[in-house]
Amino acid sequence: MSGVLVLDCRGMRCPLPIVELARHLADVPVGGELEVVATDPAARPDVQAWCRMRGQAYVGESLTVDGVPAYRVRRDS
Amino acid sequence: MSEAGSRAQLDGHVPGYLDWASTAPLHPAAAEVLREVVAALSAPDEPGGWADPLRLYGSARRARAAADAAREQVAALIGARPDEVRFPPSGTLAVQAALLGALEARSRYGRRLVHSAVEHSAVLAVAATAEGVAVPVDATGRVVGFDVAGAAVASLQHANHEVGTIQPVEDAYAACAAAGVPLHVDASQTIGRIDPPDGWDLLTATAHLWGGPPGVGVLAVRTGVRWQRPGPEDERGWGFGNVPSVLAAAAALQAAEDERRAEAPRLSALVERVRREVPALVPDVDLVGDPDPAGRVPHLTTFSCLYVPGEQLLAALDREGVAVSSGSSCTSSAVTPSHVLVAMGALTHGNIRVSFGRTSTDADVDRLLAVLPGAVEALRS
Repeated sequence: MSGVLVLDCRGMRCPLPIVELARHLADVPVGGELEVVATDPAARPDVQAWCRMRGQAYVGESLTVDGVPAYRVRRDS
Repeated sequence: MSEAGSRAQLDGHVPGYLDWASTAPLHPAAAEVLREVVAALSAPDEPGGWADPLRLYGSARRARAAADAAREQVAALIGARPDEVRFPPSGTLAVQAALLGALEARSRYGRRLVHSAVEHSAVLAVAATAEGVAVPVDATGRVVGFDVAGAAVASLQHANHEVGTIQPVEDAYAACAAAGVPLHVDASQTIGRIDPPDGWDLLTATAHLWGGPPGVGVLAVRTGVRWQRPGPEDERGWGFGNVPSVLAAAAALQAAEDERRAEAPRLSALVERVRREVPALVPDVDLVGDPDPAGRVPHLTTFSCLYVPGEQLLAALDREGVAVSSGSSCTSSAVTPSHVLVAMGALTHGNIRVSFGRTSTDADVDRLLAVLPGAVEALRS
């Protein structure tokens, strides 16, 4: 799990998880990864749309141990 | 009401109203017909269409004749035969009747209903009661591979209600005809706006989107297509017919058809201005839909503003006298974002749909462009 910055956005409504993602992008080096853990169903399309708009890489989705979706992003620039 | 106010109402112009894809203000031609119906109540020899068209006296015969003429007019304008056209009491009921009636008539072929992923919620609601199969769309919102193998019924909108993308209905109809599957085409956003679709077995629309009154849906079923109206027998179909509103709807559609060849390029220019100027004035905007204007209806467009809650953006624009709608999740009672935007991979928050009609002008766009950048900036800070 080293190198992945986890952003706990449980309970936040969109666009707040995306705001958090943008705010913390610079906290990882280029090539590093962030994970947005979010309960709002709008986070699924919006993390991917944000990556497309911002030129970052959407890696994929997994589930946390408590069953909340986590969306993985790799910083490309 | 002031004279100016009453003139504005007659004209149908509502300043700052940029939500014609939700509903169009009543066309003056429709308002005139409704006034004639009311006037005929006190002058019973006048044709007015208020009486029961199934009865056997003069005013009833006149109502029936007027309703028949309206049906012929609507049929001609949508490319149908008069006896193929019915008027359910709403567009949603028209969609439900089209699909449930076709599924019932085709029950020996199963319950599979193939539809695009971006259909109106009325179609998705029926699909949820059947064996729905959603065909994915590309980033412009257009269906990719409309495979109807094994379907009992198929459904494809003529154009999308949120992003305006025109669907390949003729190709879908050819595929359906080859497979022997009836195709329902929901043309709610296009009738009175662009040429009606060619290929369909069942067609639906709704009069309030072309400037007719609310309460008039359209359902056309091609001769020879197996279909039965869902529900128990009723000699009138959906109960007592709304003849006055059907007459007004027909008059509004005729007017919209007469005006649309001049209107389409004018409204398209307003749309292209929004698509060009909003991204220049507001940073981090996701323009949604087909970049090619030829692939869209002329009167509506959609964009999303990054980091902005759609609900608060709508409220901020409303305070400035601009009325628009949004597919963002927090703006509806649903907790999920617009299924249309999700299917397209578009940004779903901060979403705004702008749509125009016959009284829209550059001044309406000016007002939107004057207030939008400040509203977005305030919400981002």
